[in-house]
Amino acid sequence: MGLKRGWFMFRNILVPFLNILILVSIALFLIPPSIISRYLGPESGALGLLIAAVVGSITLIPGFISYPIAKGLITQGASYAVVATFMTTLMMVGVVTLPLEIKYFGKRVAITRNLLNFAAAVIIGLVVGMVL
Amino acid sequence: MLLSFTFHFDAGKTIAAGFKDSLIEMITFIPALFIIVGLFDVWVSKEKIQQHIGQGSGIKGIAIVILLAMLQAGPLYGAFPVAYILWKKGASIKNIFIYLGAFTSFKIPMLGIEIAYLGIQFTLVRTLVSLPFFIGIGYFMEWYLKDKDFKVNTIG
Repeated sequence: MGLKRGWFMFRNILVPFLNILILVSIALFLIPPSIISRYLGPESGALGLLIAAVVGSITLIPGFISYPIAKGLITQGASYAVVATFMTTLMMVGVVTLPLEIKYFGKRVAITRNLLNFAAAVIIGLVVGMVL
Repeated sequence: MLLSFTFHFDAGKTIAAGFKDSLIEMITFIPALFIIVGLFDVWVSKEKIQQHIGQGSGIKGIAIVILLAMLQAGPLYGAFPVAYILWKKGASIKNIFIYLGAFTSFKIPMLGIEIAYLGIQFTLVRTLVSLPFFIGIGYFMEWYLKDKDFKVNTIG
């Protein structure tokens, strides 16, 4: 009964989810990890933080790919603040998934949540950078 | 995508690779989330949800939604259906958004990978710094949406 209900919900959502996946893949192609590494490197500074936040917000990289990227950034000498901001916006802010989020929560709530989380991610990144 | 395979082979290939990675993520985690949503819908009564994570549930309610989020896995958009079921069962606005926040950052499987790649220190600092922000966002959303007839829709 419960399984059946879950399955029905899953089936209804499969097509919107697959559309999201296609958008995500295209975004990943347009902003490949190699470019991300180049712009978020050691000498990126405050601009790097901003780029990290914006790129992290737009793209939606699966966790098991984003962690190796983050590791690579740190090895290359990127600051913890930049990496923490990047990881946090990746997870918390989703421009690509915004249409889906709007369907669930409505336009105002979805946009407010993303804006709030964007601001929070930058502050989280800065604080993490200060602590580490 | 097929067209790009024919005309612009490299672009199509990269996009296909990205698609495959995301598809793997979805196929591994999303069905499990929907099983949880389905079972949740049937097994957990509205009264229980309202009592434990509804209006005025306090710190215990916050702890419960964070714990619930930690035990799950998958991308953020997988949490929206769970948010829907929580809302339907009478969870408070604050707890729904704290749940979403915790889901983005505190999932145990993801923390494991994060520790493996970035170290325990980074992971610990990041989670501890993030936590108050999520709770703050939860409180803000509750205040912001107080008189605004907040609802979560389901799709399809």
